[in-house]
Amino acid sequence: MELMSGGDMLVRALHESGVEYIYGYPGGSLLHVYDAVYRQSAVKHVLVRHEQAAAHMADGYARATGKPGVVMVTSGPGATNTITGIATAFTDSIPMVVITGQVMSHLIGDDAFQETDMLGVSRPIVKHSFAVRRPEDIPEIVAKAFYIASTGRPGPVVIDIPKDMTMPNERYEYVYPKKIKMRSYTPPQRGHSGQIKKAVELLLAAKRPVIYSGGGVIIDGSSDKLRALVDRLNFPCTNTLMGLGAYPGTGERFLGMLGMHGSYEANMAMHNADVVIAIGARFDDRVTNATNKFCPDAKIIHVDIDPSSISKTIIADVPIVGPVGAVLDEMMALLDEAGETPDAEALETWWKQINEWRERHGGRYEKNDSQLMKPQEVIEAMWTATKGDAFITSDVGQHQMFAAQYYKFDKPNRWMGFGFPAAMGIKMNFPDDMVVCVTGEGSIQMNIQELSTCLQYGIPVKILCLNNGSLGMVRQWQDMNYEGRHSHSYMESLPDFVKLVEAYGHVGIRVTERDQLPQALEDTFGKYNDRLVFLDVAVDETEHVYPMQVPTGSMRDMWLSKTERT
Amino acid sequence: MRHIISILLENEPGALSRVTGLFAQRGYNIETLTVAPTEDETLSRLTMTTTGDDRKIEQITKQLNKLIEVVKLVDLSEGPHIERELMLIKVKAIGAQRAEIKRTADIFRGQIVDVSPSVYTIQLTGTTDKLEAFIESIGPGCVLETVRTGVSGIARGEKVLSL
Repeated sequence: MELMSGGDMLVRALHESGVEYIYGYPGGSLLHVYDAVYRQSAVKHVLVRHEQAAAHMADGYARATGKPGVVMVTSGPGATNTITGIATAFTDSIPMVVITGQVMSHLIGDDAFQETDMLGVSRPIVKHSFAVRRPEDIPEIVAKAFYIASTGRPGPVVIDIPKDMTMPNERYEYVYPKKIKMRSYTPPQRGHSGQIKKAVELLLAAKRPVIYSGGGVIIDGSSDKLRALVDRLNFPCTNTLMGLGAYPGTGERFLGMLGMHGSYEANMAMHNADVVIAIGARFDDRVTNATNKFCPDAKIIHVDIDPSSISKTIIADVPIVGPVGAVLDEMMALLDEAGETPDAEALETWWKQINEWRERHGGRYEKNDSQLMKPQEVIEAMWTATKGDAFITSDVGQHQMFAAQYYKFDKPNRWMGFGFPAAMGIKMNFPDDMVVCVTGEGSIQMNIQELSTCLQYGIPVKILCLNNGSLGMVRQWQDMNYEGRHSHSYMESLPDFVKLVEAYGHVGIRVTERDQLPQALEDTFGKYNDRLVFLDVAVDETEHVYPMQVPTGSMRDMWLSKTERT
Repeated sequence: MRHIISILLENEPGALSRVTGLFAQRGYNIETLTVAPTEDETLSRLTMTTTGDDRKIEQITKQLNKLIEVVKLVDLSEGPHIERELMLIKVKAIGAQRAEIKRTADIFRGQIVDVSPSVYTIQLTGTTDKLEAFIESIGPGCVLETVRTGVSGIARGEKVLSL
């Protein structure tokens, strides 16, 4: 029998749960735990500069590795600072375990120093949460937290630990459960065979099919299975923002991303389809546009591990609840068994139509000879410079959409929808890969303090800042809907980013003219390969992201440029 | 349409707040809610009534089922069931009214559980409709105070909600 303090039990249980890194920030209620971290070497700790960044780093780690990311922060402000990161992980179904300190049990409810009801604050944005009430429960709670976070539809789990649960001089028996079984939580292991059979019949009979896949395919590690299905059926495939890379971006059968800023051909194909199979996707409002006009002629097959995603916004004709991989396996087996192939003639006509759409709106943006670059061409140049093989993270806004549209992801788990801290989390675990954070001068300032963390741990990520001196997506909406009244979307008094990053001990390069970009990219990925480089590129502030779906319209109702509409 | 959703919930601190929080967060409406421990001390039984079309109720039950602490769930209104609500009601009872209220309470099989010179406190059990009919019969004008437990329900026949 091994006796241990709560703090030691926590760190030991994290190790047994497969944790390599904790991203965190210490504080009063966690001091016993941080002492336990200090006295061991199995689990490494990364000290961030703001707790929000810890949650985003853990998230980036989880997206790239598929394993739960771990965050550890103190009570009160430490805990509440992680909320945005937890909400992001919840929305994107990312496995994460967040350990928050809490004031002593006997002080809870008394508005003690740095007391916040973290379980209450985080409740709507977690998959589950635990409060530790007895130190000896810590190993089991940790094991359960990892089990819940990483199975079924993954998500964040919070463990709130009052300081007195981790007292160094109070020791208890350490028992880490060999197997977790919960009577109230049994994630589905496979789909319903009858429904899968129906789906396969529909697919084989389809004349204008589209495969619409989302983040679920990436999370389940089933990209190969998706690719096999697409190629075997010769069906066109479109990905959501979360699903980019599940099917190769340079693939012949890839239509690009769909939705609000999806490609013309993807949205046209969706609108005109007769069978749509959604795989690990959730018919988000950024995909469907007006739901009552969505895919008017299509039978919908929906595969998802979360039953509540099915028929939530779009009613499925064939709902299949189950893990994407297991369902795809069963579909392939049924196709093998049936020995049938889809209607080749109908598919040929369908592909001809799709290729016409591709040609009609292939260019997508107007290049010009001015030295001031378009943001799209910067992304294309970066794609070439990284041979399309980098991990890319971004924040939210125009730069995110340009990156999603113009960086062709050939591999899964390479695209993360947000930020600099996520890039750091990835780079620490994939030191030999290129990791680029595509950002804007607005977004990067939200977590720029992490430049310091990068120096401390030697994390040479690349930051590509598309600097248009304004909050581009807000500005675009103001141009389109508010007669160009740029209310608070203009960034006055920007810092000199080159000097700023140099002050943090990194490399800064400013590019204001087209001719400077090739050399700058070469230096970024060559000469300064082992350094953090902040590439601050001036781009045309008047550029908009197109296509853009017209609000309350169908999938096919899009602005294609400032003057051209479908 | 009105639905009665019955849930076996882990009897743990915070579990109830997840259920009520879910309704607030997703804009669903709780009309009544009752909760108490069961013969198995690790479980609570919770009954709630809510309204919505089939699609909304489907979402509500799916979202509830996703809560880790929800062990089992049934929509009682999908089959034959018994529903009961208990009401304690204080009514003004003066003069000739006293006999009349007593008679009405008898008709509704209510019991007068407390008496003062001018007030009867009546206990009444039944469906929500029955309780409302009683208030209607004695005249809302003489009602001083009501307290209702909310609906409890159980399926008819052999069907059992248990582990």
